[in-house]
Amino acid sequence: MASIKKPTSEKVLKSTLTAGLSAQEGLDLYTRMLEIRECEAQLNSVFAKNLFPGYIHSYLGQEACAVGVCSVLRTDDYIVSTHRGRGHYLAKGMALVPMMCEMFGKANGICGGRGGEMHAADPALGILGGNGIVGGGIPYATGAAYSAVLDGIDRVCVVFFGEGASNQGSFHEALNLASAWSLPLVFVCENNLYAEMTPFKDSVRVVDVSARAHGYGIPGVIADGTDVLAVKEAATAAVDRARAGQGPTLLELKTYRYGGHFQGDPCNYRTREEEQEWQSRDAIFRLRRQILAQGLQKEATLEDLELRMAATVAEAIQVALDSPDPEPSSALLNVYAD
Amino acid sequence: MTSKTYCWALIDAMREEMERDPNVFLIGEDVGPAGGAFGGSRGLLKAFGPLRVRDTPISEEVIVGLGVGAAMTGKRPIVEVMFIDFFGICLDQIANQAAKMHYLYNGSFKMPLVIRTMVAAEMGIGPHHSQSLEAWVGHVPGLKVVMPSTPRDAKGLMKSAIRDNNPVIFIEHLGLHRMKEEIPDGKEILIPIGKADVKRIGRDLTVVATGLMVGKALLAAEQLALESIEIEVIDPRTISPLDIDTILTSVRKTHRALVVSSAHKPFGFGSEVSAELMEHAFFHLDAPVGRLTPPFTPQPFGKGFEKFLHPDADRIAAKVREMLR
Repeated sequence: MASIKKPTSEKVLKSTLTAGLSAQEGLDLYTRMLEIRECEAQLNSVFAKNLFPGYIHSYLGQEACAVGVCSVLRTDDYIVSTHRGRGHYLAKGMALVPMMCEMFGKANGICGGRGGEMHAADPALGILGGNGIVGGGIPYATGAAYSAVLDGIDRVCVVFFGEGASNQGSFHEALNLASAWSLPLVFVCENNLYAEMTPFKDSVRVVDVSARAHGYGIPGVIADGTDVLAVKEAATAAVDRARAGQGPTLLELKTYRYGGHFQGDPCNYRTREEEQEWQSRDAIFRLRRQILAQGLQKEATLEDLELRMAATVAEAIQVALDSPDPEPSSALLNVYAD
Repeated sequence: MTSKTYCWALIDAMREEMERDPNVFLIGEDVGPAGGAFGGSRGLLKAFGPLRVRDTPISEEVIVGLGVGAAMTGKRPIVEVMFIDFFGICLDQIANQAAKMHYLYNGSFKMPLVIRTMVAAEMGIGPHHSQSLEAWVGHVPGLKVVMPSTPRDAKGLMKSAIRDNNPVIFIEHLGLHRMKEEIPDGKEILIPIGKADVKRIGRDLTVVATGLMVGKALLAAEQLALESIEIEVIDPRTISPLDIDTILTSVRKTHRALVVSSAHKPFGFGSEVSAELMEHAFFHLDAPVGRLTPPFTPQPFGKGFEKFLHPDADRIAAKVREMLR
């Protein structure tokens, strides 16, 4: 990969589904994760050069979560995202250039530059927005799921959030209502260990967010968020259950945020050793190794893909940098709908 | 013509709109088999079934949130938050999510959401059920806020709110629930949002009153008429967007204005109307704009406190006389 160096020490961890991985599936998952990785890595460089307007909440390290979950969704399924949403948007299929332009607040961004780094949406792809409020998306995800119930369509909604949001009342209210009403909603908690800059373990008595599911009478499942195939397997079960009208699942993905809460956060609340330990399990390198070990793709094919992806993302960022800012007076439009 | 209470007029409005559009549904605490904590949804469960009229857990944040997500995905939800005092625990979904969804995503989503709620000032229910908090929501761009004072207005505004593609905070007053008015049968009643109503024509002073205060202002007008003082009484009906033009037209005629409200004075509805009048009618005013509101205290429970704190017809009349002196 062009922008990310291979970890110095690489852990060899077994994946759950290696045996059944097809060449196409492996390539698709790899491509999606690579796209997110390149975006996040290159955006960090742009930020470091002071060319990014605002803050970056990097998804670096969590790619397998979004990609594994969204790989089992249909186009008409809904997702609700967070302040750390680029991975979710791309995994659900949002076009790269309009998304990138939105991140830079440009006129040709997918929301006309109004959302910026924490917000993007595309109703045609079921992408119902990000959020600037931790836990703010969880309540309204229930409504998207209820729309499907009212319409009698087997559509599901997936709501992403972090372990920090699991301490908001909104999480508990939504989990309870979704359980009581058997809504087709999957709660996906990406537990990256840090709620902004506070270790999760200092804020709760339980070890696992998923343990909270039991109090609401629904399955609480843990999957390795650094293994895209494990994520996909767990998400398949949760989505199937929701689609069959059997109600929600709380799926906790154990993962790690390589960067800080935002770029520039010095991460003085965690150790470099811990960071290296997690990076040694890197999801993208793990999948790459599996693909090669099983002979599903030639290394030259992957290298070619990696170079092309790096170039595609670089081009998207350049388009965003070169794009016009929104017309300032357009701020007055669309306050109310007709 | 049939005589309808404010409460039944609202039920009729919801029933008519639910018959008209299958995307309309109602959720909230006790709206189903109980028919509403104050009877505000009687008969709807039977008429529309348990998916479209549904009791929720006591979880205001997710009640409103469910409405937000459903509205984004093609439905026209009515969600009930029993008292406006409870907005304190769901204001994120109202002010950050519902209000901004259309704007933030540059028109990608519409937000046809009605949040039905209640002010119960002067109803003897204590400090957590008696506040008039319309300013909390009137301050947020993207929200519409209505506050009807008669059965006919309640019905017509509810129907308009349900058909509106924006989040509408629909504020009832519990003290008006049994008020009766003749409402024609079989005729569509739609009161436009953002249109004030002149409830009584006068020449000497304009009283702008909301909610429960409209009736009190009309009683005061009768007292004053005996003294040959004719006040004009305007009910804005919509708090936001405020129909300031109707108020300005009146004040340019009467040259005096008094705002009467159950809400507190500082940063409140009266302050807003007063500021608009200063900006747009200053040279028409013969006296400073007056505001008559409860004093800046919470609402204590004990007998006598409410009468002491809230404006009534006598106090409105006295204030008018003082302003005309």
